[in-house]
Amino acid sequence: MIKKIATLHSLKGWLIAFGLLGIAMVLLPLLNIFVPEESVLHVPDYMFSLLGKYLCYALVALAVDLIWGYTGILSLGHGVFFSMGGYAMGMYLMRSIGKEGVYKNDLPDFMVFLDWKELPWYWYGFDYFAFTLLVILILPGLFAFTFGYFAFKSRIKGVYFAIITQAMTYALMLLFFRNETGFGGNNGLTDFKRILGYSLQEPSTKMSLYIITIIVLFLSYVLSRYVVQSKLGRVLTAIRDAESRVMFSGYNTLHYKLFVWTLSAFLCGIAGALYVPQVGIINPSEMQPSNSIEMAIWVAVGGRGTLSGALVGAGLVNGAKSWFTVAAPDYWLYFLGTLFIVLTLFFPKGLVGVFSRFSSKDKARGPS
Amino acid sequence: MDSPGAHIKDDSVDATHGCILYIEGLTVSFDGFKALDDLNLYIDDGELRCIIGPNGAGKTTMMDVITGKTRPDRGTVFFGQNHDLTEMTEYEISHAGIGRKFQKPTVFLNHTVFENLELALHAKKGIWQSLTKPLTGEQRDTIEKDLETIGLKEQKNLPAGLLSHGQKQWLEIGMLLAQNPRLLLIDEPVAGMTHQETEHTAELLKSLAGKHSVVVVEHEMDFIRSIANRVTVLHEGHVLADGKMDEVQNDPKVIEVYLGS
Repeated sequence: MIKKIATLHSLKGWLIAFGLLGIAMVLLPLLNIFVPEESVLHVPDYMFSLLGKYLCYALVALAVDLIWGYTGILSLGHGVFFSMGGYAMGMYLMRSIGKEGVYKNDLPDFMVFLDWKELPWYWYGFDYFAFTLLVILILPGLFAFTFGYFAFKSRIKGVYFAIITQAMTYALMLLFFRNETGFGGNNGLTDFKRILGYSLQEPSTKMSLYIITIIVLFLSYVLSRYVVQSKLGRVLTAIRDAESRVMFSGYNTLHYKLFVWTLSAFLCGIAGALYVPQVGIINPSEMQPSNSIEMAIWVAVGGRGTLSGALVGAGLVNGAKSWFTVAAPDYWLYFLGTLFIVLTLFFPKGLVGVFSRFSSKDKARGPS
Repeated sequence: MDSPGAHIKDDSVDATHGCILYIEGLTVSFDGFKALDDLNLYIDDGELRCIIGPNGAGKTTMMDVITGKTRPDRGTVFFGQNHDLTEMTEYEISHAGIGRKFQKPTVFLNHTVFENLELALHAKKGIWQSLTKPLTGEQRDTIEKDLETIGLKEQKNLPAGLLSHGQKQWLEIGMLLAQNPRLLLIDEPVAGMTHQETEHTAELLKSLAGKHSVVVVEHEMDFIRSIANRVTVLHEGHVLADGKMDEVQNDPKVIEVYLGS
């Protein structure tokens, strides 16, 4: 098994991967703890929540790349899976507040505000972290599996599939906006106090969440790399390039599409669950159609069908977003739109494609 | 998830009566236009059969029905005596032993020649097998042998997108061979080929007959003359004439609709 994993990358690739891992997991925390605050090298506390957020986005991009970059199925509804993981975690965090809310009631504040007397049945179980974890790991995948089964079975593909996923995320957003749905309406879930007993305000909790996110992202990356480098990965790219040939070669493409679609939603749900405690809020705007489109843009910018490109794209676009929305908030969307158009027209293989042009060894095999 | 084909109970094809494909009373219509009209056709086991006919005669539709892409309005298509193809999906039909080459060469352009053959190779094709089972030495040998048959040994690590048109056609035939089918359906194999490539293709197809049953749809007359024992002429969705090339060519009905005028 370890041998198999070791062959997923060249030595150079692994060195880069572990180098980055070392910087993120060891160097940055050390710079935070041991370098005095007035030094330029000091990494401030808030940085870890911010980086943790980017890492969650990177995990989303990885998930989108599996389904879009490798299998050629454009989903513009991954915000749904992200939100499902996020809301599940949010519900647990709400229940952990206990009686410390504004109304000093056992029920979450928004339920008291709505004059609800008892917890709706679908909130049962979220007092327990283990139950929450199960929901996070199962629900997004299960939902995706069901949705995907009917869509792929009816052989819906291409732009029609993309539109349906947009409709799905829009419909769920509207549903979650309603107060009666029982997820806090347009305010969503927020004012979290602690996770597993640890205060979310503590720098050490933030740092731990950040480290956990790195580990999850790394493991997900290795898993995805393993999938795309197996024969299954070659079947996926073959489906992207010539699906009918794959069927006539004896593959049930429905199973393959469902597998990667479900895997993608699974990873996306985990990303949402890690995102919420670090950002401190989950609300229906995560399911805005434009949010899911942005996820696809991260992958397009970084380079489709490369995995590493997805990570780079998510980091860069969100980094730029953070800077832009402070420096020139009105122009962010124009910038993003222009970036997307320019990249699709001139660099269809994304930034990773641009770089691998210079090093012939890294043969980028994205869609041509 | 179980592997495709696992629920086909009897995988072997029963061709004890000497016939590998039975098409009877086949009718397919699109918006009132009858692409196939009461078509009857029988292919013998191990035979190399050419099918010709003017545009719109229903050749490609027939291929589509045999491979499960199109469902007929009426009629039956049996593979051997035990596989009702009208009830099966594309991948089940492929597993039962029918391989199809498209009119336009359809290979995986971003995969290497070797990977193309690997994907086509006769094996269990479920998710789990694909995720965990690497190629065995035996399977590698089969692929190497295939590469030799289609003459692409030197190109095996090239992406298929870099192959010439003729080489892509051969690769696709090679992929069919890797599937180890009983019956090969080949749609216009020499369209756009040079004279030399056409000759090479004729040799290749002739070498396949006997081990496999081969049905070739083609327009190119010289090519058909060089490979076929028996020719079937389709016209307006049914069989117009059937027999040796010389007989068919001299049939006045055929001359009228296709060869002559």
